Amino acid sequence: MIVFQNVTKTYNHGTVALEKVSFKIQQNEFVSIVGRSGAGKSTIIKLLIGEEKPTKGKVFFGSYEVDKLKSSQLPEFRRHIGVIFQDFRLLAKKTAFENVAFALEVAGRPQQEILELAPQVLEMVGLKDKMHNFPAELSGGEKQRVAIARAMINRPDVLIADEPTGNLDPFNTWEVIKLLTKISELGSTVLLATHDKEIVNTLGQRVITLENGRLVKDEANGKFLIG
Amino acid sequence: MFVKILRIIKYGFNNFFRNGWLSVSTIGIMVLALVVFESLILFNIIANGAVESLQNKIDISVYFKSNVAEDSILNIKRSLEGLTEVETVHYVSRDEALAEFRERHEGDEVIMQTLDQLDENPLLASLNVKAGDPRHYDTIAAYLDKPIFENVIEKATYAQNHIVIDRLISLVDTIQNGGAILTFFLSFLAVMITFNTIRLAIFSNREQIGIMRFVGASNNFIRGPYVIEGVVYGVIATVVAFLILIPFINFLSPYISNFIPEVDMREYFANNTMRLFLYQAFFGIGLGILSSVVAVRKYLNV
Repeated sequence: MIVFQNVTKTYNHGTVALEKVSFKIQQNEFVSIVGRSGAGKSTIIKLLIGEEKPTKGKVFFGSYEVDKLKSSQLPEFRRHIGVIFQDFRLLAKKTAFENVAFALEVAGRPQQEILELAPQVLEMVGLKDKMHNFPAELSGGEKQRVAIARAMINRPDVLIADEPTGNLDPFNTWEVIKLLTKISELGSTVLLATHDKEIVNTLGQRVITLENGRLVKDEANGKFLIG
Repeated sequence: MFVKILRIIKYGFNNFFRNGWLSVSTIGIMVLALVVFESLILFNIIANGAVESLQNKIDISVYFKSNVAEDSILNIKRSLEGLTEVETVHYVSRDEALAEFRERHEGDEVIMQTLDQLDENPLLASLNVKAGDPRHYDTIAAYLDKPIFENVIEKATYAQNHIVIDRLISLVDTIQNGGAILTFFLSFLAVMITFNTIRLAIFSNREQIGIMRFVGASNNFIRGPYVIEGVVYGVIATVVAFLILIPFINFLSPYISNFIPEVDMREYFANNTMRLFLYQAFFGIGLGILSSVVAVRKYLNV
């Protein structure tokens, strides 16, 4: 479902972020991408959601050839992907409910459906009581759960998580990981970029290891091996 | 489609209210810009009134010797009317001049008695010549200075009023040029200030725009609410600026009428309320929309 074919990404000032990276991710897989900061994890995610274009190689997502998508085609494409980030990226001037509802609204879903679905998903992440709070009134863990609710409400084919626990305490970290596992079990493909050794080792799922922009290891039942 | 438009409108109003002070200060700046814009319109009305009033005061009077027959004066009148520079020529016969003179000095017995003692009408027939453009009096004066008129014309006022007319011409020019420069400069200022204020307001939203793109919002769905917000800014600023204008005009109008009788601001305002309001609304709302569209565009490339 996701294919990286010999992808190289060089930034304008000559920095090589990825070099000849190739991998395939099947539907319903839970894949961790690990590596130090600057190893290329975020670049992979940027290429996958079309925020950046590869310098060489191809990126496929289902029937889309991501590197060929025009700016005007990106919104529709991104509705197939749910993304959560380390810094949450919630809309500060919208409540938790509105943030989640927004993902449905952009897809043009009817109001009735939004009013039913959004509270359900918020309940699933344990935030039904704080539905009408603004992000500034929520803790880090709560914000990330809103972000997860927003990412999953469109039933995306893939959920991408870019260091989702980077700003969270251990308790909230495990809450988020539990949610990701649950989403995976419900049938979504999950792609988790992280440098948290403990998480990766506990998950016991496929691990892609990056080092200086190169893919150095791809194991079906991997461990975090970088020191 | 319809649902999306409704959502865009809803978000526009949401943003407007949730932005709170940012909205208030943006509107404040827009009100200032619109007041400048209004003042320019009013300034131009006053300046045009002043120019017209000055131009009406300028003319050349040509007095004819008392022995010149009315027919030949009327001939000269027709030839003057043939000149492109001349706008109107008004003939005042000797009798009319006398009647006017008597009327003007009605209460003055000395003058009346002196007049009554005279056998003959002491006043001369004259042509009152007005040019469309004050600069043309030179040409008209030169035309009247021709030798063929030497025997019939007693005197022409141009020679006496020459300096005053020149000064008035330069004054009118200064008002018109100054007005044009001021209009251009202040309009430019008003546009730039409004544009940059809205840009700054949206600049503080640039991350939000990026997030909306990530969630899969189309550009129109992102841009829409900002445009609506721009419209709301424009409408409110227009109304506020207009409300400021009304007492201002009422206060100023009598003073201006004192100074330039041709200009009655209050009446002008009453007759043109709708037009002035629409000008402003067009300026305010147009600027609101345009600034929003331009400012958002910059942050949509993710």
